[in-house]
Amino acid sequence: MKQFSVKIEVKLKAVVLDPQGKAVLNALSGLGFSGVSDARVGKIVELTMEGESSEEIGRKADEMCRKLLSNPVIEDFSVEIMEK
Amino acid sequence: MPNFGVLFFPGSNCDHDCYHAIRKTLGQPCDLIWHEETSLAGIDCVVIPGGFSYGDYLRAGAISQFSPVVSPLREFAESGVPVIGICNGFQILVESGLLPGAFIHNSSLKFVCRWTNVRVEDTDTPFTCTLRKGEVLKLPVANAQGNFVLPPDGNSSQGRRIVLRYCGDGGALTSEANPSGAEDNIAGIANGRGNVLGMMPHPERSFESLLGSEDGKKMFESVISWIKSRNADGKTV
Repeated sequence: MKQFSVKIEVKLKAVVLDPQGKAVLNALSGLGFSGVSDARVGKIVELTMEGESSEEIGRKADEMCRKLLSNPVIEDFSVEIMEK
Repeated sequence: MPNFGVLFFPGSNCDHDCYHAIRKTLGQPCDLIWHEETSLAGIDCVVIPGGFSYGDYLRAGAISQFSPVVSPLREFAESGVPVIGICNGFQILVESGLLPGAFIHNSSLKFVCRWTNVRVEDTDTPFTCTLRKGEVLKLPVANAQGNFVLPPDGNSSQGRRIVLRYCGDGGALTSEANPSGAEDNIAGIANGRGNVLGMMPHPERSFESLLGSEDGKKMFESVISWIKSRNADGKTV
């Protein structure tokens, strides 16, 4: 068995309005940071997983994202896998 | 008399309001049902109350969909038993796939706690069958994530009914009347069959004139009348 670090990024789809991102954008411009034209806020879930191969881990992580970690109606996800 | 069952999860906080409204105000039998229960036998109408189940971790309602009680809930929903999810209960129904759509943060980014008006758009559901189409109900909302989003296949109305929309006093659909920025002013939506209703406003908080409105009671009187007429017809839901 190998150990893997799995980093899952969950973001609102580009077509979904992101009220948190909008607030961050407003706050940044309020602080005087100019030249920021967009801000989107997402989530990162880090898992430590055990398995035989990164393909196997990838399949499991994908299923986790579809069943729980993301809501496919409004969110996209990406998975990054690194062997420890 | 119809038996109501109010489910509660770790973090639910409107369970006793619902119980009080049904048991004390309407005088109907009502059970409080912990989320680890695996049977809903004997229940004629399931109520999923508001609150912050599992602390709204990950997404509001996301973790509750895996509670044991959700298995019999799915069977009930599919067999036509009336199910109403209020606020967080609505979020749980959406996350469990029993209703279409999803929720994001309110467009104002604020927790919104105020009275709203909602217009009845569909009277072909157990919860609205004794109401008039176009009738305006005064009901309160209290949420941070009430910004309802339809699935991307947005224009297809298959598998869903829009039951309640936020409106002004006279029934006009305006953005000022929409407390959360919800798509199409949607305050409540049902499945295609109409027996599963999710709504953001709290009918259980508008059961007595002392609370400022009795309009929420109308929706529960409606479901009681629906269940009684089904039973009188000898149909089992």
